[in-house]
Order: sequence, then structure tokens, then C-alpha cells
Amino acid sequence: MIEAEGLTKRYGERLAVDSLTFTIRPGQVTGFLGPNGAGKSTTMRMILGLDTPSAGVVTIDGKPFTAMDNPMREVGALLDAKAIHGGRSAYQHLWCLAQLGGIPKRRVDEVLELVGLTGVARKRSKGFSLGMGQRLGIASALLGDPKVLMFDEPVNGLDPEGILWIRNLMKSLAAQGRTVFVSSHLMSEMENTADHLLVIGRGRLIADCPVHEFIRKNSELAVRVRTAEPTRLAELVTAEGGRVTTDGDGTLLVTGMGTDRIGDLAFDHQVRLHELAALRASLEEAFMEMTRDSVEFQAAVPAGAVAPEVAR
Amino acid sequence: MTTLNLTGTLPAATGRSGLTNALRSEWTKIRSVRSTLWSIGAMAAVAVGLNALINWLTIDRRWAQMVPGERSSVLANPLDNILASPMTVAQFAVAVIGVMAISAEYSTGMVRSTLQAQPRRMTILGAKILVIVGLMLVVGEALSFAAYATGKAVIAPHVPVHLSDPGALRAVIGAGLYIPVLALFSLAAGAILRHTAAAITAVLGIMLVVSNLTQLLPDSWGHHINAYMPMNAGSLVFQQHVAPKQLLTPWQGLGVFAAETAILVVVAAFLMRRRDA
Repeated sequence: MIEAEGLTKRYGERLAVDSLTFTIRPGQVTGFLGPNGAGKSTTMRMILGLDTPSAGVVTIDGKPFTAMDNPMREVGALLDAKAIHGGRSAYQHLWCLAQLGGIPKRRVDEVLELVGLTGVARKRSKGFSLGMGQRLGIASALLGDPKVLMFDEPVNGLDPEGILWIRNLMKSLAAQGRTVFVSSHLMSEMENTADHLLVIGRGRLIADCPVHEFIRKNSELAVRVRTAEPTRLAELVTAEGGRVTTDGDGTLLVTGMGTDRIGDLAFDHQVRLHELAALRASLEEAFMEMTRDSVEFQAAVPAGAVAPEVAR
Repeated sequence: MTTLNLTGTLPAATGRSGLTNALRSEWTKIRSVRSTLWSIGAMAAVAVGLNALINWLTIDRRWAQMVPGERSSVLANPLDNILASPMTVAQFAVAVIGVMAISAEYSTGMVRSTLQAQPRRMTILGAKILVIVGLMLVVGEALSFAAYATGKAVIAPHVPVHLSDPGALRAVIGAGLYIPVLALFSLAAGAILRHTAAAITAVLGIMLVVSNLTQLLPDSWGHHINAYMPMNAGSLVFQQHVAPKQLLTPWQGLGVFAAETAILVVVAAFLMRRRDA
């Protein structure tokens, strides 16, 4: 369990993290979502004592990280796949860290096996790809068999197989009752992995809720209907409580009512339908909508450009 | 997906992880990076090998051609040739090893991995200091005695040298002690600046430029500043005979260098505690 209370980090004038209060519970994967520069990494660094908060406190199972007897046996983290001396092999890197926690050599072999780096364990890590670096970082997080795990953007640089592997890994870790806290700037990634979501933008907490609730709240159902009698159907739907918008060429966009209900209505009143399709706003759209005002580095849209329609 | 053996065979955690674990880790770190071994190797080759060659060419083979003044100057201070000059050269490698012991952690990002495993920074710094000072003490004394023994053998036909000569034993032991103090001085500079090139430039700049420039300062206070510059004071310990105008004795000189190094270490510790990693 990770508990933050009023956690704040200020760099000069800029508030990188602004008074975050949250609790991350064991037994589930908690996603930490926000655009680039929202303060995700800084928050994780403060949890690990790498950065000192300007205000507020954060504890892990009731203690600050730096006060733990054997910190790496309780918390494992992958913050940065490049936190490696390129002159050392994967094996030597892990052995240096293992010794800090009094962890035996055979555990190094175990975690190397676990992340699939056994074959290159004796090679200097300088030549590692980003994906291999991520795997090595995950190996070091798992070294101490910790109860709390944190991963900052773990799927960066991984191939689809590697992404699937990480998702499964995080789910199994949570299923074993561990606390798993994983950050991403991609909503689609969280949709597939996380049980609970913390969403931040510009250092502030925007949402703290289960993923399914986030989806329900933020992705309103819309139904596209094409019919020979748009005006009549629109009246019928509106009378039953649906909201209708028309786009001129006879296509209706209905919200607040599902496909079943619309189909039944049309059938009951003998309105011929040409198309009846459920459109779900993707979570990605919901997330972008939600954080639009809090994106740190906003790209200007060139004049005349049309924002692409993101419909699935 | 294969079954994940996540827990493995790790025994339950007991006790507090502290300096002993950190010492083991730092010892592995320093041995597992090639640059350390290369630097020590290069230092040994230059200090012992090249210097023996130079002494053979410039003293042993030229003895017959030397004018009496040259001969008497070699006879008066033989250790300048067989000990002080190799140490003067070896100190560059020592400065690099000391700086890199900590600056490489910052430049590679390894420091974040280290502090995630052991967030108590003074434990990490303490372990680094003990490992570097211990290693450099052994290397320094070995090098000093090796340079002395080789040099002595090379010039023996013309210039007899013995450890029992005045100042000789002190100079040889002192040279070995100067090495770990310099390594620690450099490590502290590396911890303060956290940047390899900047820290090496700073240490060598003090050693080669600033120390020499202070000679130009006038009057008694200029003389004092020059005498108390870190490497000026420290290097007195490996000179066989200290010039009468020197303000410090050889051991006082090493003491001054060690005290200045200690101050630098305190600054480094303070900053390491305070700064974000």
C-alpha cells in the first residue's frame, strides 16, 4: 500500500506535482495516467526518496521508503531503463544491486531467467536495445521479491510480444496480492492492464477511480442511425428520452439510448432502418478530452488542418 | 505464457541492510568495470616500467658523460628520480579513478538504481569511500615500493640507495599514502560536481594550474597559500629532502592535504544528502 498526502514538488516557480493525495492498494494493478510532463515520474521518484517533496508525505506500508530495514526486499521499481552502467554485464549489474540487499547469487540467475535475459546475461549492457534495458530494469525490480512494485512506462520500446508479457507479469504480480503501480501516457495500455486508475494532468489529480467506472463515466454511448424517415424517428426517440443530432444527409446520432431500444422503437412504429450502429467513444478520446486543458506541451494545430476523427 | 516463478527461492528478509552489504556491492562495482583495471594497469606500467627505462637511459647509460655537477645532484636526491617522478605521473590515473568511482554513477544513471536498492545515501557514500581508499592504499603502497625497488636496481651500479638513507623510508611509505588521499580528494570532487569531465578538469586544474600559479603571489601570504595548496602540501611526503624554505614538514604536508580532503568530503556528503538524485 502506497499512501500520499499533499505530495508536492516545486521546481522554482513551476509546480511539477501539486498536492497529490491518494492511496494505492495491494492486490490490483493501479494505472497512473497522464500526458507527458504531467508529473508521473516525479511522483514515483518522490515515493522512492530520490527526490525530496517540497511539501507533503508519502509512505509505503506506513513507512517512508528511506526508513525501511531492507528497502529492496519491500519495494522494487523500474523508473528508467537506462539507469545502468553500460560497462557492466546484466549479471554484474544485478549482482551489484543484489548485494545491497543481502540477496544470494542464485536469485540473480532466477530473475534473469524470468525476464528472458539469460542468454545475454554476460554481455556488456552497453549494446542492449531499449526493450532489453526494460527487461533488465524489471529484473532488478523483482530481485528482492518485493510486495510493492512500481513501473514507469514499462512498455516503451518493447515489441508486441514483450508488451503482452509485461501485461501478464503485472497482472500475475497483483494476483499474488502485491501492490502494482504502473504509469503510462497511453490510455489504451491502461485499458488492458489496470484495475484502478489515477489520472493526473499538470501535477494535479484529475481522477481516482476503478477503470470500469472511468470508462462508463467518460465514454458515452452514441448510436448512428440511417433511416428513410429521419424526422419521424427523431421525434419518436426524443419522446422516449433520447437525444438526437442530425448531420443533414439523414443520418441521426443518438445518445442516451441503446441500439436495442432504438431498433424496437423503429419496429413498433414501422420506420424502416438502413443502418443501426453503436459507436463507443474510445477511452483514449475520453482521456484526451479530460486532460486537454492540462497538457504541458501542446502542439499547435496548423491552420486549416482538420483534427482526425477518432472513432472506433 | 510460461508459468512465472516470481517468488523463487529467496529466504525471508532479516535485519537491516547496511554498510556491510554496501561494501560488498561497491567492491563488486569497482571490479566489474574495465576502466578501473585499465587505469590501475596503466598507472603501474608508467610508474614502474617507463620510469625504470627513463632512469636507465638518463642515469645508468649516461653516467660516464655526466658532468660532476649532474652526478652530485643525482647522488644527493636519488629518490627524486626513482620515486617522485613516477608518483607525479601516476597521480593523473589516481585522480581519474577517484572521480570516476562516483561520477560514472551519475553519468550512467546507475546511481538511481543504487539508491532504489539502498536509499540511505550516507551508507552508499561511506561504502564508496572505504572501498576506494582501501583499494588505493594497497595499490599506492605496492606501486611506491615497486617503483623504488625497480629504480634502485637500475641506478645501483652508480648510485647506491637504501631505505635506511635519511628520508628514504618515509618518502616511500608516504608516496603510498598520498595515493589514497588524492583518490578520496578526487572522489569528493566527483560527488560534488557529479560530472566526469568537470570533476577531472577541476582536480587536474588544481593540481597543475592553480597550485603553480600561487607561486606568483607575492610576499609571505602568497608563500603560505602556495604551501597549503592541496597537492603542493601533500606531495612533500614523497620528497627525500624537503627544501629549507618549505613551511611544512613532509608529514605536516600530508596532514594538511588530508584535512583539506576531509573538508571536501563533508561538503560532498552534505550535498549528496540534500540534492535530488
